Amino acid sequence: MSDTIKFTIDGKECTGKKGQLLVDAAAENGVYIPVLCHWKDVKPAGSCRICTVKVNNRYVTACTLPIDENCGDVENNTPELQDIRKAIVEMLFVEGNHFCPACEKSGDCDLQALGYKYQMMVPRFPYAFERRELDAKSPKIFLEKNRCIFCKRCIRMIKDEKGRSYFAFKGRGKHLEISMDEKLAANISDELAQEAMDICPVGAILKKEVGFINPIGKRKYDNEPIGSDIEKSK
Amino acid sequence: MSKPIIATASLAGCFGCHMSLLDIDDRILKLIELVEFNKSPIDDIKTFTKQCDIGLIEGGCCNTENIEVLKEFRKHCKILISVGECAIMGGLPAMRNGIPVKECLDEAYLDGPTVGENKEKIMPNDEELPIITDKVYPLHEIVKVDYYLPGCPPSADLLWEALVALVTGKELEIPYELIKFD
Amino acid sequence: MEEKIKSIIKTSGNSPDRLMDILLSVQKEFRCVPEEAVSLIASALGISEADVNQTKTFYHFFSSKPVGKYAVYLNNAAVSGMMGMAEVADEFEKQAGIKFGETTPDGLISLDYTACIGMSDQEPAALINSVVFTELTREKVKEIVAGMKEGKTVESMVPEYGDGNNAHPLVKSMVKNNIRKAGPVCLGDYDAGKTLSKALSMNPKDVISEVQKSNLRGRGGAGFPTGLKWLFCSQESGERYVICNADEGEPGTFKDRVLLTERAKMIFEGMTIAGWAIGAKEGIVYLRYEYDYLLKFLNSILDEMREKNMLGKNIMGKGFDYDIRIQSGAGAYVCGEESALIESTEGKRGEPRNRPPFPTQSGYNEKPTIINNVETFCSAVKIVEKGGEWFSNMGTEESSGTKLLSISGDCKQPGVYEVEWGMTIKEMLDMVDATDVQAVQVAGPSGVCVPPSQFSRKIAIEDLATGGSMIVVGKQRDLIKDIVLNFMEFFEDESCGSCITCRSFNMILRRMVEKIVEGRGIKPDLDNMVQWGEIMRNTSRCGLGQTSANPVSTTISNFRELYESKVKDVDFQSDFDMKKAIIESCEAVGRPPVVHE
Repeated sequence: MSDTIKFTIDGKECTGKKGQLLVDAAAENGVYIPVLCHWKDVKPAGSCRICTVKVNNRYVTACTLPIDENCGDVENNTPELQDIRKAIVEMLFVEGNHFCPACEKSGDCDLQALGYKYQMMVPRFPYAFERRELDAKSPKIFLEKNRCIFCKRCIRMIKDEKGRSYFAFKGRGKHLEISMDEKLAANISDELAQEAMDICPVGAILKKEVGFINPIGKRKYDNEPIGSDIEKSK
Repeated sequence: MSKPIIATASLAGCFGCHMSLLDIDDRILKLIELVEFNKSPIDDIKTFTKQCDIGLIEGGCCNTENIEVLKEFRKHCKILISVGECAIMGGLPAMRNGIPVKECLDEAYLDGPTVGENKEKIMPNDEELPIITDKVYPLHEIVKVDYYLPGCPPSADLLWEALVALVTGKELEIPYELIKFD
Repeated sequence: MEEKIKSIIKTSGNSPDRLMDILLSVQKEFRCVPEEAVSLIASALGISEADVNQTKTFYHFFSSKPVGKYAVYLNNAAVSGMMGMAEVADEFEKQAGIKFGETTPDGLISLDYTACIGMSDQEPAALINSVVFTELTREKVKEIVAGMKEGKTVESMVPEYGDGNNAHPLVKSMVKNNIRKAGPVCLGDYDAGKTLSKALSMNPKDVISEVQKSNLRGRGGAGFPTGLKWLFCSQESGERYVICNADEGEPGTFKDRVLLTERAKMIFEGMTIAGWAIGAKEGIVYLRYEYDYLLKFLNSILDEMREKNMLGKNIMGKGFDYDIRIQSGAGAYVCGEESALIESTEGKRGEPRNRPPFPTQSGYNEKPTIINNVETFCSAVKIVEKGGEWFSNMGTEESSGTKLLSISGDCKQPGVYEVEWGMTIKEMLDMVDATDVQAVQVAGPSGVCVPPSQFSRKIAIEDLATGGSMIVVGKQRDLIKDIVLNFMEFFEDESCGSCITCRSFNMILRRMVEKIVEGRGIKPDLDNMVQWGEIMRNTSRCGLGQTSANPVSTTISNFRELYESKVKDVDFQSDFDMKKAIIESCEAVGRPPVVHE
């Protein structure tokens, strides 16, 4: 078949379909490339940069790269890339306010899980302690802006029947924050609110009224590192 | 050879990390064989009586007393370890960071729903009291810290493994389940 | 208000992709974009209010609260600072009785800072309601503010008009061209329409191959071969677009402003030739808001060209339909990045896109699009007129032709120079009469800070590439404070924020530079900054993040001794300041801020 692409990741031989995003192709071959903003079959944002790999000696995000004949040898788990990813996790921990012990998403949080994966003991960067507000105006959702990591999943995925976004960015640069459309969010359905919480990789979007459903020990990342499911699949 | 000496303290913390240390259960007997405790709530020694090898500190710095104790620990301990989230990043007390300290004090002593009667609008200001700092500081922003043990609290197993590795000089291998931020 | 806003929406085309125009008109009308307007716009365009706010809050010149009747935007770029901005700012505050960031209670005057407005050769400069005021002094500020209090129009406060088209009835600006050296390509002889007529009689493929033969490379700074870009786009199918990037926001560059003033027809002619070459029917000029004072004039030139059948239907009787419109920006440096520029042109936040696909494959409205710099289009005109070989005979092997340099800072002859590529920095400094030079900032903040030991290096894409910004830094300057810190503050403000490494590392690095400037730095900070900058370079999505550590990394590498003289040679030093930490709480509870050690 002509649209089958052969490539390697850290020496492991992989195959994928031409045009398929590298991160998805890797997963199908049992190789975990960490992601925070990526969501399969949704237009890539390429915003969290944690999936940075090296292709032909160039840095590129695996969530935005469609594979083709030129992919060749992909570097993924090299010490250099692991350190870059660890640095990104650490950076996210200092630029936002991530108080894990107080967060409902703790144990199910992708950012925290990457902190575990890369054994972050303390961030190498100074804490910013910039305060952002908590938006609790919606009857269904808490939007805890202190925890947002700007992955844009909610912006890209949570829309009403007319295609209007419930979530959007506000400001830019250091003033950037996630915001929720007050009018639309006043009538958001339970299902959509739940979906918003589920796709949020951190604890920025929380559904009101229910909380802490999974006991400690039974949460997503209590016993196995993030990506284990992918790595075990092949 | 004399046993390594350990000192511990809880600054702006909840003593949860100390509780976790007690959670090593019967291993505490082994620990006593391995080390000697100096200044610590565990043996109730209030002041340093000698130079120590290891200082374990839980809690961040939220007032002048915390800072004084921390600096004293740095002076008296060869190795200083930040134990738990509060020591590492301020933890829950640091949720006030970014809010002006006056607002926090007003909420605590004047306006908050749990204040009760405070007709004279008294704020604690006796000179004997420690002074609240503008924010809660992680320990490593005040003094040099050598190691970090995350968790809220760090599990008893993590504390045990880390201490044993440190005093016996063994390589520390931490299983996945032991490194947690909550 | 409702009627007015509805009519603005209607005039602008009632479509989400014209959101920029709608917001610009609303801002102009009401001196802000109020909540009510956001609500009306959202329901008219069928998008959420959060989406309208998403665009609104991205751009510097949109505000939620009304700016003053006289809205002062003083340039706080590094060169402005070097030329005395602090004094000017102080006088504005004194005269207006408010601080920067505030509006007078009567709503008359608002004071704000803004990033480089493209007047580096005549700083300190400010925009007041889109009117440019240059070479400001305390005296001039006094007059200006007095005029405001008398209720004079801003236009009437312009003391005298500049040279060339700056004095045109539709411009009436005090801006000076300062063309110090005209070369044979952009600022030499130009006969409007002559080359267009020649191009339209050529096969489009031949036009492209002529441009390829010239080895012309993009003049915006990235230096991509222009002919190749045109070729790629021409090979795509369906509707195609030509976009002219007139968003020169790199601090220290202003040569496109001069071309827009004096060579507007040439730019439009170049865009039309490009349209013919790639098979496009529409061209768009993305004009930075700072150059809004040229908008009426530029539109009149387009009208004139339409009248002369150089634009419109069946151009010059050659059966080619093509027209150009101008899209205004609203204050965002990152929109100079081509894919961010496209997003902005579509009415969105100016957030750079992921690549692939490249704009030549999927650009404006997801159609194949070429985006070239103002100067690139001018160069293309001359290339088609005189031949690719004529052009490639000038310059160096890899950088053919001439380059417009915007030279500013500590030199006696700041202005625009059209020179052949290959000039050394030393030759350039002689040309602009600069002495006692500490450094030359080549290509703006995102470029390289070059020390005297490297002044024999050449200005060329293969050595010191530049989009045109050249800032001369004299020995009297505090390089780290006046230049590096200013640049990092700039990047911190201008990062779109969406790619998190750029967003956070700019903040982290700015804080580190500040720490060093304040004398709190330690030696390990230097290596950390270089390493962190490297991570940002390797992981950021667009050119902004990939280059914004340059002020830090190139000065640490070229001026290390300067940094070392400012940092302590220790492994650890606490940043903690006991006095600062307790003052607030002592005040709150009423006790003396005394700590007993």
